[in-house]
Amino acid sequence: MTISTIKSRPIYPGLSPDLNARSNIIVCDKAGAAAVTELFSRADATFAKRSTVFIADALQETEAATARKDLAPATLEILPSLSAGIVRLREFLDNAPMGLRLYAAGTEPLIGSVVQAAADYGIDHLSIRTEHRGSLMRRVQCVHCKGFTENVTTNPVTCSHCGLTLFVRDHYSRRLAAFQGVCIDAENPGDVPPMEAIYQ
Amino acid sequence: MSGFPLRRVRVAEVEQVAARIKRFRFVDIDNAPLSQFSGGSHISVVMHSGDRLMRNPYSLMGSPTDTSSYQISVLHCGADSRGGSKFMHENVAVGSELEISQPLNLFPPVRLAKKHVLVAGGIGITPFMSMMNELDALRSDFELHYGVRSLEDGAYCKYLQSRYGSRVNVYRQDQGQMIPLDAILGEQRLGTHMYVCGPKPMIDWALQTAELQGWPQENLHSEQFSAPPPGKPFVVKLAKSGREIAVKGHQSILEALEEHGVDASFLCRGGACGQCETGVIACDGYIDHNDHFLSEAERVGGKKIMICMSRIQTGSITLDL
Repeated sequence: MTISTIKSRPIYPGLSPDLNARSNIIVCDKAGAAAVTELFSRADATFAKRSTVFIADALQETEAATARKDLAPATLEILPSLSAGIVRLREFLDNAPMGLRLYAAGTEPLIGSVVQAAADYGIDHLSIRTEHRGSLMRRVQCVHCKGFTENVTTNPVTCSHCGLTLFVRDHYSRRLAAFQGVCIDAENPGDVPPMEAIYQ
Repeated sequence: MSGFPLRRVRVAEVEQVAARIKRFRFVDIDNAPLSQFSGGSHISVVMHSGDRLMRNPYSLMGSPTDTSSYQISVLHCGADSRGGSKFMHENVAVGSELEISQPLNLFPPVRLAKKHVLVAGGIGITPFMSMMNELDALRSDFELHYGVRSLEDGAYCKYLQSRYGSRVNVYRQDQGQMIPLDAILGEQRLGTHMYVCGPKPMIDWALQTAELQGWPQENLHSEQFSAPPPGKPFVVKLAKSGREIAVKGHQSILEALEEHGVDASFLCRGGACGQCETGVIACDGYIDHNDHFLSEAERVGGKKIMICMSRIQTGSITLDL
């Protein structure tokens, strides 16, 4: 993860077990699942038993089998996509009491989506334990048309809605779960630096 | 700096509300409107008792939007008192004039919370009086759990029950009733915040109970105004001005500095806010850290002291002032 001077740029300290929580709710993707396995290895077996893991990623059957083996004895649910995972998380939180601890591990769009959904349930972002794994891709909001461009790996990037060329900034919105993209050639249209694949 | 404007008020009403608790109502000396405040705020009351100057913090209790008067409650601490509560109880009557600070809030309810669980012990009820007023007006979900020694010792029990009904739960120590905090915290909805105010052992107990129930730190809030504990006299050396000031046994460093005209920075005077944090350049005694602000690492480091609450056991300390 890149170091930034921008204060809103989130930092992800890494997963650590809350041994007091009565239940642990963990959302991760394929890469993040490895961090969850490591989390379990840092706690006792009852910690995993108290845990529910939502893997929000498209998994091959063999990958799913590996996850089931690695993450046992936690309750495991595999959802086909990030958006399906967030729907499932919300459904779960609808009836959840205090005393649970929320964790997120994976790409920044995954962590950001978990933090964003949790806010609706009164869960403070600082109380969510997070670890970045896998791709550096970002979710970007165009400040001009307000459209979101998903899975951005380059800077600058073309807005998928209005077509402007956007400079991807480190300015981040927890409410939108997105980084800010600003037109890079407003003064001199067409004067665009080469796209660099810096968020792969 | 400490240059907050003080306001002159007149005592309009004094009422004995419990065995050792008096309620005071202040109005502006010229009957001008006072500032609005937010639920959980406190003011400092300046007291000149003999040759001593004290500024004790007291929570505001009335409606935050009522600018006609401020109300505080003061517990007579008896033999344990440094003189502040004794002064209020014995020397302040209707018509007395006092100086107070502007309201300051170090204990606000979290507006985004889904629910608020308020836990009070004894005189610790006071910040919740204005907080409940505010939460009720906002139609926020809250419940109060209030532990008292007896109905004679506990202030406002009847008032609170008549005003807030089943949201108020009173527990009487004289009848062996304890706040069943484990059960209370065990069945709260997600997004609930807990606030605790009372004696230090009670605050520690409540915070620890919540932590063991898996409540995140971000959902836990506490406030305690304790007077600076007395100790032995010692000497404070000021590195920048080269002055040496004697701190008496019943004084805090901050009070001794003020007595000698040193304008040191402060806000809450209860070791909570961090405003009076002062660098320690040298110290040949052991520092008693009586604040709730410095981290354990900072205490061990010995490079910082909160001069409103903390002192050294004996010897001298050189401060970066």
